[in-house]
Amino acid sequence: MERYFQQEIECAPIEKIKAIQNEKLPKQVKHVWDNVPYYRKKMEERGLTPDDIKSVDDLHKLPFLSKADLKECYPYGLLAVPLKDCVRIQSTSGTTGKRVVAFYTQNDIDMWEECCARAITAAGGTNEDVCQVSYGYGLFTGGPGLNGGSHKVGCLTIPASSGNTERQIMFIMDLSATILCCTPSYAAYLGESMKEMGLKPEDIPLKAGIFGAEAWSEEMRRDIEKVLGIKAYDIYGLTEISGPGVSFECSEQHGMHINEDHFIAEIINPDTGEVLPEGSQGELVFTSLDKEAFPLLRYRTRDICTLTREKCSCGRTHVRMSKPKGRSDDMLIIRGVNVFPSQIETVLLNNGYAANYQIIVDRVNNTDTFDINVEMTPDMFTDNVGEIQARKKVLEDGLKSMLGIKAKVTLVAPKTIARSEGKAVRVIDKRKI
Amino acid sequence: MSVKQVSVFLENKPGTLNNMTKVLSDHNINIRALSLADTNDFGIVRMLVNDVYEATTILKEENFIARFTPVLVYAISDEAGSLNKILQSFTEADVNIEYMYAFAGKQRAYMIFKVTDVKKAESLLSAKGLKSLTQEQIAEV
Repeated sequence: MERYFQQEIECAPIEKIKAIQNEKLPKQVKHVWDNVPYYRKKMEERGLTPDDIKSVDDLHKLPFLSKADLKECYPYGLLAVPLKDCVRIQSTSGTTGKRVVAFYTQNDIDMWEECCARAITAAGGTNEDVCQVSYGYGLFTGGPGLNGGSHKVGCLTIPASSGNTERQIMFIMDLSATILCCTPSYAAYLGESMKEMGLKPEDIPLKAGIFGAEAWSEEMRRDIEKVLGIKAYDIYGLTEISGPGVSFECSEQHGMHINEDHFIAEIINPDTGEVLPEGSQGELVFTSLDKEAFPLLRYRTRDICTLTREKCSCGRTHVRMSKPKGRSDDMLIIRGVNVFPSQIETVLLNNGYAANYQIIVDRVNNTDTFDINVEMTPDMFTDNVGEIQARKKVLEDGLKSMLGIKAKVTLVAPKTIARSEGKAVRVIDKRKI
Repeated sequence: MSVKQVSVFLENKPGTLNNMTKVLSDHNINIRALSLADTNDFGIVRMLVNDVYEATTILKEENFIARFTPVLVYAISDEAGSLNKILQSFTEADVNIEYMYAFAGKQRAYMIFKVTDVKKAESLLSAKGLKSLTQEQIAEV
């Protein structure tokens, strides 16, 4: 039986959702116009005033915001309320340049936590559940977001935070945790560790996992589900818009429902900025309708995906987004070819390796070098050098056919690639372009 | 009887072999014989140790990948021509050697062979009068 946290809104007819958006958008634009001079100026440059935005149909007129704008406005330039109304900041990991600092009022936090509560409920969570949150707590939105959502659902919440794998496993087993929230790479790592300890899926009390904050493939989902004996749900979000829970998976496990009463999603052509029709692949753009402190309009996520309004078996009506094919931040252009780390992950898992790898790109004599370090696993190790090299060759051929370019694979010792308990460091780009 | 050799995966870079010997040393494991196969990016250490179970357990605990490989060990006299003689028997029995290494004891030398089909090779060579050593016999050498 499908469970909903706020059934009335999650399953509302599309007309009702549209009406909500049409009501909220002009007010939000006015709020930004009045309080964020930086965006007001952008609108003025286009000859726009708040009166030009009467409904969602006018949304395409508004200027975009990008990571570069956030960088320029750091730290307070996009803040839309007095500091005395703010109660918290969260911040991105800052892997690409300057950190993003996002501000929250209490209402913002309540809205965000409700989104997370919808995600936990969609994964089957109720107040009978024990929910272990193993995302990092602190500036990273993962821990605080799911923690708040878990409280709202009424789960017994274990704020385990990330790291200390032994303790994580102890809590899962001793307190009979039923829901695990963490990054997929950490879930896979916990699964491996529990397997090594001799724990079988049927010994593990977990029944569901909510995994996000990094790209993962369907193969990785199946691996995690098998080793932990759970159903694994994807969750999506970004600090700029609120945090995890902007969209989430339901029992259908096919696309993530975007919380459309709070966020409007568009797909654009990343080169021209033109809005693309439903079903097209392009860059995901969000407009937050309820955010008070940090209300971004038409924020370009750099995530490449598609949207669909096809009827979902779960009963929810909110639009679904596909798993992002890759953040264009993650996307690498190597020798002119687009490479997404998630593609590499798929090939590794299909060839019997674990999804523990690191991509190293460099430029030597004006040519890109493309190396992938892959961790050896006990299953792939044999005493025979020729056999190991033959398997490596099969892997390299698989990568070539998936990516279209050749990569040099180096086998490295287990657990030597930083598996982070926050976000995995998958790419090292040494090119100075 | 075949003997359990411990095979360990190592990256081909400074310090990795030493890290492994440190682990063995800390746990008082004695290496009786060792050989190293190398490629550009990785190597495989193959060794006979005094306690194979303890050695593989602690290596796994320290995040090394280690596994047992059955090998055949034969004692030969430590003098010119004896390796040639034993290899002659391998040739006559049509046994292919994947790799081999050796260690010399006080009285005799010991040859360690990895062959494709251990059981078959052992019986063919046994028919030629060659008796392979057991784990216990090696411990006493």
